[in-house]
Amino acid sequence: MFEHILSAFLALKANKIRAALTMLGVVIGVLAVTLLVGVGDGARIYLDEQISGLGTNLMTIVPGRRETRGFGPPAGNTARPLVMEDVEALERQGSLLRGISPMVMGGGAVRYKGRTRDTMVLGVGPAFSDLRNMHVERGSFVRSEDVDSRRRVCVLGRTIVKELFGDENPLGQTVRLADGRFRVVGLMEERGTSLGFDLNDLVFIPVTSAMDLFNQDHLSQVLASARSKEDAPAAAEEIEQILARRRNGEKTFTIQSQDDLLKTFGALTAAMTLMLLAIASISLVVGGIGIMNIMLVSVRERTREIGVRRAVGATKSDILWQFLLESVVISSTGGAVGLGLGASIVLLLKRFAPSVPVALSPWIAAVAFGSSFVVGVFSGVVPARRAAELDPVDALRYE
Amino acid sequence: MSAEDADSIAIGEPLMELTDLHRTFMMGDEEVRALRGVNFTITKGEYVCIIGPSGSGKSTMMYVLGCLDTPSQGSYRLAGYEVAELDDPELAALRNRYIGFVFQAFNLIPRTTTVDNVALPLRYAGVGVRERRKRAEEALTRVGLGHRLDHTPDRLSGGERQRVAIARAIVTKPELLLCDEPTGNLDSRVGAEITKLFEDLNSELGVTVVIVTHDPNLAKRAKRNIKLVDGQVVYDGPPQEGR
Repeated sequence: MFEHILSAFLALKANKIRAALTMLGVVIGVLAVTLLVGVGDGARIYLDEQISGLGTNLMTIVPGRRETRGFGPPAGNTARPLVMEDVEALERQGSLLRGISPMVMGGGAVRYKGRTRDTMVLGVGPAFSDLRNMHVERGSFVRSEDVDSRRRVCVLGRTIVKELFGDENPLGQTVRLADGRFRVVGLMEERGTSLGFDLNDLVFIPVTSAMDLFNQDHLSQVLASARSKEDAPAAAEEIEQILARRRNGEKTFTIQSQDDLLKTFGALTAAMTLMLLAIASISLVVGGIGIMNIMLVSVRERTREIGVRRAVGATKSDILWQFLLESVVISSTGGAVGLGLGASIVLLLKRFAPSVPVALSPWIAAVAFGSSFVVGVFSGVVPARRAAELDPVDALRYE
Repeated sequence: MSAEDADSIAIGEPLMELTDLHRTFMMGDEEVRALRGVNFTITKGEYVCIIGPSGSGKSTMMYVLGCLDTPSQGSYRLAGYEVAELDDPELAALRNRYIGFVFQAFNLIPRTTTVDNVALPLRYAGVGVRERRKRAEEALTRVGLGHRLDHTPDRLSGGERQRVAIARAIVTKPELLLCDEPTGNLDSRVGAEITKLFEDLNSELGVTVVIVTHDPNLAKRAKRNIKLVDGQVVYDGPPQEGR
């Protein structure tokens, strides 16, 4: 066997340019597999990080029923809203919860000394900061007493500070938010974007003040987090019971866990990765056809050589192995080169353009190289059989 | 395997025995009877030329004798083996062990060095790489090309190429050197050198030489001529004068 592999390499060395061009198809195929799946994998890892970055063991409770289970009429639009009393009940009775925060979302213009910025306003409770892993850099976040006494205070995100205040110190200043005046009590730390959303372009105010400001008596959603990952399912169960009890057993709300989100996005990115893999496979197949083509030409061209080898003692299977391994060696070498190029590009991107989400997992390296091997076998079988089945007399007479 | 092995054949014992041998092909719808009832025996150490006009069945005879083709009918025994009864790997082994081929067109493998070309049969005999190189060098030295080991065929003259081919044929120390028009592509001076080489190999190594040719100069120097016409032996004896 080693003999055959060695002689396959020698045959390729004897025809370097052709071997290189034949390999090119597989090189490009494996490169495409490596890069495209690298992008797909990168996207998955990026989403995982982003979702995990939202906070640990986070659950979001939204009004209305988003899924229907079992029998009965589908839930209508008569969903009972979530209110502050629900949050208070959860705070009192929830034994497995680490933190809980009501949320009211709205948009509005922030104004300071003639400068205006349209932004998103979040009415939150004090626990929000820990739940979502978003902390103040200077000053303080929304506090319980701010919520209790409906204080008109606000905490500003980085972008808003830059836009409205420039180099000025915003702490203690008063900004206009819609038709209310809010005193700035805290500045958020730099946060970057998450899932395309600028986390620096936010204004936080006490949830009660937000209800006043937007003139509504219900909450947009409630954030909660379990004490630990293990407690998460039980915690969700507990929330469900507490809220259902306050609704006469009716489940007019939905609890979304981070796991659900991860699963949803996971399925999405897996589908994307598979699709990219399928596209990349096409180029690999084309590369394989290229090898088969060249191998068929090579068998024809080397007909006399085959005759001579048979005359000096080669069996049919010697000839079969010779050509099969030549094909496998071409393809695997191409695969190795493609993998090397792909890995280099991924590593270069990681180093010089860290914002591009790419990844190189060992499994894809194995798949890429393995498939180049398989392609070699498939494209080699037909030419190799043809070579082996040549009649030695015809082969020697071949002009 | 080599001539020194215990089961080698002694000088004067039959090496090739043909009994009522026929070879028939189908060419389209037409039946071509290339060989029709050939009988002869060649013993170890003989120097024989098989001659005849074109279309006489010479080439078919050469392929049958070389175990590249099998008889349609009748018997061909090489070194005691009934060739028609052997399968592909057995035939390959038989060729490898008993026969060295020399072709008109040299048939060296291009872009492959002289020494690797010569060592090729040893590879199929299962000889190790180092031993192969050693024996190939010996064979090349024997044919007077000890200084051309690492040349590729395209850098050799016709005569040199044929010497490489002869080295390849004798590297396994076969019983039989089977040559197909070995001087056909060479000028007469080089042809005479090659002829001399066959005679030397015959007398020094005791290898049986069978040459298929229509070159009268080659034929008249052999000890025995077998003449084929229309697939049948019409003469079998010492070279005839005046041909």
